Amino acid sequence: MRNFIIKIQRYNPETEKIYFEEHTVPYTKDLTVLDALNFIKEKTGGEIAYRWACRMGICGSCGAIINGKPALMCSTFCVQLKQPITLQPLANFKVIKDLIVDTDDAMNKFRAAMPYTEFQKKHLEPQHETLQTPAQLNRLKQTSQCIKCMLCYAACPVYGLKQEFIGPAAGALAQRYNLDTRDNIKNQRMDSITAENGIYNCSFIGECSRVCPKNVDPAAALQKLKVAGIIHTAKKTAKSILKTPKKSS
Amino acid sequence: MEIITGYDILIIGGGAAGLRAAIAAAETDPRLKIGIISKVYPTRSHTVSAEGGVAAAMREYDSPANHAYDTIKGSDFLADQDAVEYFTENAKKQIITLEHWGCPWSRQKDGQVAVRAFGGMNVKRTVYAADKTGFYILHSLFERSLLYENISRFDEWYVTDLFTDNERATGFHAIHQKNGQQAIFLTKTIIMATGGAGRAYKFTTNSALNTGDGLILAYEAGAALKDMEFVQFHPTALAKTGILITEAARGEGGHLLNKKGERFLKNYLPEKMELGPRDIISRAIIQEIISGNGFEGPNCAYVHLDLRHLGKKTINEKLPLIREISIHFAATDPVLEPIAVRPAQHYTMGGISTGSDGASTLPGLFAAGEAACVSIHGANRLGSNSLAECLVFGASAGKNAANYCLSAKKITIPSNKQINLFSKSCNNKIKLLLSNDGHESIASIRSAMQENMDQYAGIIRDREGLKKGLHAIKDLQERSKRVTIKDKSLIFNTGLIELLELKAMLKTCEIILKCALLREESRGAHYRTDFPNRNDQKFLKHHLAHKTSAGLTITSQKVNITKWSPEARTY
Repeated sequence: MRNFIIKIQRYNPETEKIYFEEHTVPYTKDLTVLDALNFIKEKTGGEIAYRWACRMGICGSCGAIINGKPALMCSTFCVQLKQPITLQPLANFKVIKDLIVDTDDAMNKFRAAMPYTEFQKKHLEPQHETLQTPAQLNRLKQTSQCIKCMLCYAACPVYGLKQEFIGPAAGALAQRYNLDTRDNIKNQRMDSITAENGIYNCSFIGECSRVCPKNVDPAAALQKLKVAGIIHTAKKTAKSILKTPKKSS
Repeated sequence: MEIITGYDILIIGGGAAGLRAAIAAAETDPRLKIGIISKVYPTRSHTVSAEGGVAAAMREYDSPANHAYDTIKGSDFLADQDAVEYFTENAKKQIITLEHWGCPWSRQKDGQVAVRAFGGMNVKRTVYAADKTGFYILHSLFERSLLYENISRFDEWYVTDLFTDNERATGFHAIHQKNGQQAIFLTKTIIMATGGAGRAYKFTTNSALNTGDGLILAYEAGAALKDMEFVQFHPTALAKTGILITEAARGEGGHLLNKKGERFLKNYLPEKMELGPRDIISRAIIQEIISGNGFEGPNCAYVHLDLRHLGKKTINEKLPLIREISIHFAATDPVLEPIAVRPAQHYTMGGISTGSDGASTLPGLFAAGEAACVSIHGANRLGSNSLAECLVFGASAGKNAANYCLSAKKITIPSNKQINLFSKSCNNKIKLLLSNDGHESIASIRSAMQENMDQYAGIIRDREGLKKGLHAIKDLQERSKRVTIKDKSLIFNTGLIELLELKAMLKTCEIILKCALLREESRGAHYRTDFPNRNDQKFLKHHLAHKTSAGLTITSQKVNITKWSPEARTY
């Protein structure tokens, strides 16, 4: 009987030891990496730590480096991988235990994208829907697919070097709201994401888009934002120049 | 142990109901401090897997009363009608509010929010965002929640016990998985929004997170659980994995076929066909399989869901996730071939007993979403009512919890002695679980529990089976005391968390089985071969499960009937 060989990188935070462990899993043609890991975990008494939830590629929990590339374990099939299959925690993050990394910092970056429309915080109970044509909705279709799985941060060389960088997913999220016809805080959002650690740090290597499981294409979103950013800054500068004589007079 | 104070409202669970509650509370008064405690990042919550849509009377041809009637009939007249009326009157407002916050609802050509057909709904009233409605709602709410400075998050904290001083729920004990820190949270109100307990079953559409933790936290603290015998089975899940294939696939015109290629629902629901309610369609599929009309697969018998006649364009526009999932996880492109499906556990109709205000029977404790039972679903929930429930009752619980904080004249504060006692008992419980030395494994007990529930507390039940099931669960509860956890650390000790979840599920199973044994009739999703008819005279009532000094005690509560007298439920 054929087997899959799975090599798992383990890390124990108490002993601070990193080591690899090899397991064999019986072959079935539709086995996902997550299935294999669950099989190993059940067989070995439940020690290996990893995150998972929906097992259908939508919750974004189970990212790992699979044979050197960031991917979702639930959506990657063992038969499509070179053996042995190597599983490692997502790169660019501090490892907490085994395959679990600390993504709190990256999760917090979504705040800088100001991912909301109306600015007022008081509930006004709107009575009527805003009209939005299918074509207008279609503009935000791609960037709105992001499941916040953090694979793009694990792939981003800039984020690897500079953790303050807003990063691919937060950039794509900003673009998603910028493209929304219901948005009314684009200027504040552009101020936020063009600040020091913002979108200009992106060097357009495009790794983020290559690993994205939902085809969000954050690299393209960031390039578009850079152009919009330049226009935004130019407009702001022009406005302040126009305003200056008034102040001095 | 650290004591965390300063929060007026702590919400356990960060799915649609929890996030909606947080925002409603934050908007009620910016001075209120709100915390969301979740065992995962909120965007991982099971709301994300909801596909088909969210129901509300949106159009001029529709009305809240029509929506209420369909819901009540769908519930087999067990829903509390005052709660259903509140629900249907408030659903549209919630959808429009989310629309203003940026939720990308699918649109008609003229720009209006689009609606689609759904099972048991007599008119088109299900608003949707392609077939990723739960995903979009969850992310829209999560993103919106970042706007409010008075909402804080405690991501990846696992709550182990609720804390009550003799009068009310005052806090809880939790473990921060990232660093193993244990803490006692003290607060004025708690909202339980932890979802259902689908993982008590083997074949389920639910994610790994739905383990009934919140139900049992509330039960152990003294709150009553309601309608627990009612468990929904969704007619169409991928035959091997149980991954959900949305009802919207039928709403858009998909057909269910047996191995003879017949639309067999003509023999069960000739008028509604594929747009009947879930309980009846699930039973019809099982009946077809029993009669030998199903396909025999390598893992199980199944029927076909055929979407081919809808065409590639409609499938890509309206059911893109279904296509993606079918190709990816079942090697079937629905544009070219039918999908192999069978019924799977899908939703926990029962839950923490609340009113429309979200208040449970335990002062200071509110609940919303799947964790709660208001009850608007009664014996059978209609598809697309659960996302609406998360929004309507999430908002209601958040607002009412806020008002409770603001108006309560005197909220008792537990004494230091009480806090110390609670802290010690929580600490000891964890220590005991980690130091147990037995030979049992979590995986084998969990697997036995799930198979037991599939077999005895599934779509078709009878006394003998339920008794066997209950006996087995008792045995598994004993075995769960002898589980060894090798890892002794509290940092992401997934074995420890899984054991706590397993214990919650085993208790949930016991309650489901006991309530199901008592209900000697067939109503909605609770179908008993030994009592195949509905019996309004004896069983037009809710079952409430309480923890008393005598253990699990089940009492009855009358059903609130406002306008619609129970009638035969024919479609």
